[in-house]
Amino acid sequence: MITEVQATLFVAGAILMGLGALGAAVGIGILGARFIEGAARQPELIPMLRTQMFIVMGLVDAVPMIAVGISMYILFAVAG
Amino acid sequence: MASGELTSGAYIKHHLQNLTYGKFPDGHWGFANDALEAKEMGFMAFHVDTLFFSFVLGVLFLFLFTMAAKRASIEAPSGFQNFLESIIDFIDENVRGSFSGKNPMVAPLALTTFIWIVLMNTMDLVPVDWLPSLAAAMGIHFLKVVPTTDPNATFGMSIGIFLLILYYSVKEKGLGGFVGELTLHPFGKWMLPFNLFLEGVNLLAKPVSLALRLFGNMYAGEMIFILIALLPFWIQWSLSLPWAIFHILIVLLQAFIFMTLVIVYMDMAHQKEH
Repeated sequence: MITEVQATLFVAGAILMGLGALGAAVGIGILGARFIEGAARQPELIPMLRTQMFIVMGLVDAVPMIAVGISMYILFAVAG
Repeated sequence: MASGELTSGAYIKHHLQNLTYGKFPDGHWGFANDALEAKEMGFMAFHVDTLFFSFVLGVLFLFLFTMAAKRASIEAPSGFQNFLESIIDFIDENVRGSFSGKNPMVAPLALTTFIWIVLMNTMDLVPVDWLPSLAAAMGIHFLKVVPTTDPNATFGMSIGIFLLILYYSVKEKGLGGFVGELTLHPFGKWMLPFNLFLEGVNLLAKPVSLALRLFGNMYAGEMIFILIALLPFWIQWSLSLPWAIFHILIVLLQAFIFMTLVIVYMDMAHQKEH
């Protein structure tokens, strides 16, 4: 049976992951929009811009990914 | 794995437990038999599986590259040699792009971090149960095969990088110059405590974010593989295949980002501003 502590831990993990997802989505959405804008201005630069986009995506994703990692730990290793 | 019914929660927890060799509360040393004992060992514990896999992969990397270097030929390069040369060109290009100082150590450092992290991360693509089942047949009950899902491994690397940053900052700028940079940027000397606080946070955020970024990505990836492994076998392929393909991108991207940030931090440590 689920105890009260476990229930709170589940909610904590869910909020952590939800907010992280929100931040990542907004950040990468803006990043993608700039990429498409740049690609529309100068199509010959698309390969270079695409590489740079993936690099910056890795950085924007960093803190949300840390949040996801900790949230998974809480949800599965702590709250069972 | 265990005799009798294994709940999904227990399966997940079993796969998330490192092989821990440490000091029990009563003082004797040995392998922990479950997660609770491992936690009670506190600080005096070694994650033997992390140490083993990171060491083996490091030795593999050195061995492969040394072999290729010894058998290198200019007239008729083998396919493997071409492959390694293209990797080295790639790293060289990146170092040239970001590093403006003069230090022959930076490019080999970048190569080592990149290849080592790629090798460690790629262990995540091995199906979840294969190596632990093999180990269980040999009597080892817990095995986490991806060293970078252990925060000890990623923090070990980033603390090493942090020490290098400190060493080269002091070497290039002098101790006075380095402390001056920490206390006099961005405002003047009348805001010294505030400057120190901002610059201190900035300095400490570098190794912490470096370690946790890699750890978070790999831990989340491994977690999803374990969860997919819980599904019935006839659904597994539809999920594990796309996730594994996406994960290949993540593996390479995270290693590349770690390497790029190492080069950028080394560059920042070598710059003499005023």
